[in-house]
Amino acid sequence: MQEISTGNASTRDLACFLGAGAYHHYIPAAVDSIIRRGEFLTAYTPYQPEVSQGTLQAIFEYQSLIAALTGMEVSNASHYDGATAAAEAVIMAYHNFRGKRGRLVLSPGVNPQYRETIRTYMQGYENFSIAGDADSLAPLSSPEAVVPLIDQNTCLVLVQYPDFFGRIYDLTSLVKAAHEAGALVAVAVNPLSLGLLKPPGEFGADIVIGEGQSLGIPLSYGGPYLGIFATKKEYVRRLAGRLVGETVDKEGRRAYVLTLTAREQHIRREKATSNICTNQGLMALASTVYMSLLGKQGMRQVAELCYHKAHYTAQCINNLPGFSVDMETPFFHEFIVRCPENISVDEINARLLDEGILGGYNLERDYPDLKNCMLMAVTEMNSRAEIEALCDALNEVSHA
Amino acid sequence: MLEPTIYELSSPGRVGVRFPEPDVPATPLPDELVRTNLNFPEVDEMSVVRHFNHLSHLNYSIDAGLYPLGSCTMKYNPRVNEEAARLPGFAFTHPLQPEDTVQGNLLLMYNLQEWLKEISGLKGVSLQPAAGAHGELVGVLIIRAYHRARGDYQRTRIIIPDSAHGTNPASSAMSGFEVVNVHTDKNGNVDLESLRKLCDERLAGIMLTNPNTLGLFDQNIIEAINMVHQAGGQVYGDGANLNALLGIAKPGDLGFDVMHFNLHKTFSTPHGGGGPGSGPVGVAEHLVDFLPGPIAAIVEDGDDETPPLYGLVMPERSIGRVKSFYGHFGMMVRAFTYIAMHGPDGLRSVAEHAVLNANYLLARLRSVYHLPYDRTCMHECVFSGHWEDAPDVHALDIAKRLMDYHFHPPTNYFPLIVHEALMIEPTETENKETLDAFADALLKIAEEAHTNPELLKEAPLVTPISRVDEVKAARDLVLCCWQPDDM
Repeated sequence: MQEISTGNASTRDLACFLGAGAYHHYIPAAVDSIIRRGEFLTAYTPYQPEVSQGTLQAIFEYQSLIAALTGMEVSNASHYDGATAAAEAVIMAYHNFRGKRGRLVLSPGVNPQYRETIRTYMQGYENFSIAGDADSLAPLSSPEAVVPLIDQNTCLVLVQYPDFFGRIYDLTSLVKAAHEAGALVAVAVNPLSLGLLKPPGEFGADIVIGEGQSLGIPLSYGGPYLGIFATKKEYVRRLAGRLVGETVDKEGRRAYVLTLTAREQHIRREKATSNICTNQGLMALASTVYMSLLGKQGMRQVAELCYHKAHYTAQCINNLPGFSVDMETPFFHEFIVRCPENISVDEINARLLDEGILGGYNLERDYPDLKNCMLMAVTEMNSRAEIEALCDALNEVSHA
Repeated sequence: MLEPTIYELSSPGRVGVRFPEPDVPATPLPDELVRTNLNFPEVDEMSVVRHFNHLSHLNYSIDAGLYPLGSCTMKYNPRVNEEAARLPGFAFTHPLQPEDTVQGNLLLMYNLQEWLKEISGLKGVSLQPAAGAHGELVGVLIIRAYHRARGDYQRTRIIIPDSAHGTNPASSAMSGFEVVNVHTDKNGNVDLESLRKLCDERLAGIMLTNPNTLGLFDQNIIEAINMVHQAGGQVYGDGANLNALLGIAKPGDLGFDVMHFNLHKTFSTPHGGGGPGSGPVGVAEHLVDFLPGPIAAIVEDGDDETPPLYGLVMPERSIGRVKSFYGHFGMMVRAFTYIAMHGPDGLRSVAEHAVLNANYLLARLRSVYHLPYDRTCMHECVFSGHWEDAPDVHALDIAKRLMDYHFHPPTNYFPLIVHEALMIEPTETENKETLDAFADALLKIAEEAHTNPELLKEAPLVTPISRVDEVKAARDLVLCCWQPDDM
């Protein structure tokens, strides 16, 4: 196994500026030490509350932390990942209007893999269609550009915040327009950014979904990660996935139990609106330990570190000949680098790799219009020396 | 209260992680987009560690003892799997790295796909689905895409046995199919007469679990599969019970067209208190192009001197992506390790011992517990937890009383076709002493049910808490440590 694993170059060996939905962050050692405990690792879904209070209370705390972070009232016990949580949000909105509103208004600024997953999930739904997306909107459209697509047939408007390109927009007017048309609004988030940014709940979002990997979960070549799903209390009975509630035992002691199970597939069978059974229990625990360790101050600090380092990097790159970065639109820790036209992004990345640098994501893969555009991610893990090495290497490229 | 919540442990100013000051010049924050408050606890590292250790002590786990949940295959989770998944080359690779920098990961995925094909007798595998239910959704969407590709739009129904897992009908409904139930006959097999009536031009497919949820190998399986195929339907296999067949029978040879594997059951990846699972999907030749992706493939053949070049490819007529990236890679590393450690003979021995252990329990308990379908079982057995001469005692009471004997209860009230079901799956990793102690406890409980039923009604007595008020939980709906006013 050792030999197979060394067939890879890992972010332990490379300076990582790659993000696009999965991020290289510091994970306190206590996180793994706790999730490795056999009592958590080798337990099943907590169907028997008398012998599962550890898992149940941890999920209850997870729900509390996620609700606080997103500014929502209720969080479920998790989904598989950000993409599947996005698909479940669409299904929830579709059923909220009993299938009578079949339109999803989808921002092209939503992670392309989420958009693909939604298309796959929804292929069996009658009267369902997607407006917006990459078909009718320019890749870098602002949330305001999405508004004209919202109509009386719209069940959900889905946007990302910060969006796939790292940009941060005030969503107040978008939410207002959607609510005036009677539609729900779901916002996909990077939860780590919410240590600093105004949560979607403050904009009036009805659903917040997100990829929880940034909260203490290793990159692990794409999984297992953590699907975050939070909503308003009025939609709790439409929520897919498990929920833990507080109650008492026969002696009146505080206790926790899986609740509202009548929504679920093992009771409702084909009448259930979701088939979810297993979720991401251990990953939710990892994020709970992470959020507990960082706490109020640490969450703000790590988000600020990402912000400052990303802006420093962006400024440095923007000063290089042949490269430019939009410094006007606010962004969090990811940004688009427009690269010289005489060299492809893949070629630039190959040269960076020779210098021990994992470069940014080639946006042309998902957005044919975004030629020569690289999505660069910077986190607290990138030292000033790494950032300067990146800029030096890019400078070499433009002079080559 | 057994343990305060993390919010109750909070004290202003405490931190569990200290980050350094930025080593770059600061940039002004976009004030109008910055939050004013975050209602998070403030706790030091040692207190956080103690808190979660205290919580862990309130859990039962495989590491603590027998966990005989039927259809959940709670076998021992080898620790070597955990070591393998944490090798830095696996744990710290980014999913969007250039393919030539992750040849180790792709080699592992490719070989795991090949091994699952060999085990199942199927011709293509996608590792992308995140769990068993996710694999079911994928399988049903593949069946849908297959019929539509042939212009067969009138096939709108999926047949599901009344013994099936609840995820089966839910997955079918999510894919836009109408669900029709087929009955189970008196021997615990699919009722062929009832099946025949449903095999018409509306049939898209059937979802079968074999061995079924009664723990029985369906004696009508070949006939049932042929009947569905003759009507133009596809046959889906729920792989939840694959542990009984490893190295002995291949679902592909039996005629299954598509199935999912539960890496977290059969291939020993830990259940983690409810996930992450992993539910790869395998398909027969005619469905290979419909698999979700991307999947690992050899993109350039190797020779004696150079290894092959692995890459990620999207199947030609794929139903599309079903989640981010390529699946639960960390779980794939664990399952790969497990299969490599066992080898072909070892896997066959897993199935043989799983079946032997279940039959040993069946033999020890059958004189006292009612066995509604009285046959040699496979990897699990299903009793009825009720006696006419102890009318107040129910399966739930037996389950709760087992906790007083320091065992996790079996699955109860499932499958739905068995009255007061107790569904027991010991797995191959338990030794005879443990099985005997468990059987002794169940026999003792049966005696108590008749002599002192109150003991069962009051149970459990030795657990951290007693039975909980589930009605209150659903009525009051407290889902959070804090009230909205605290924000």
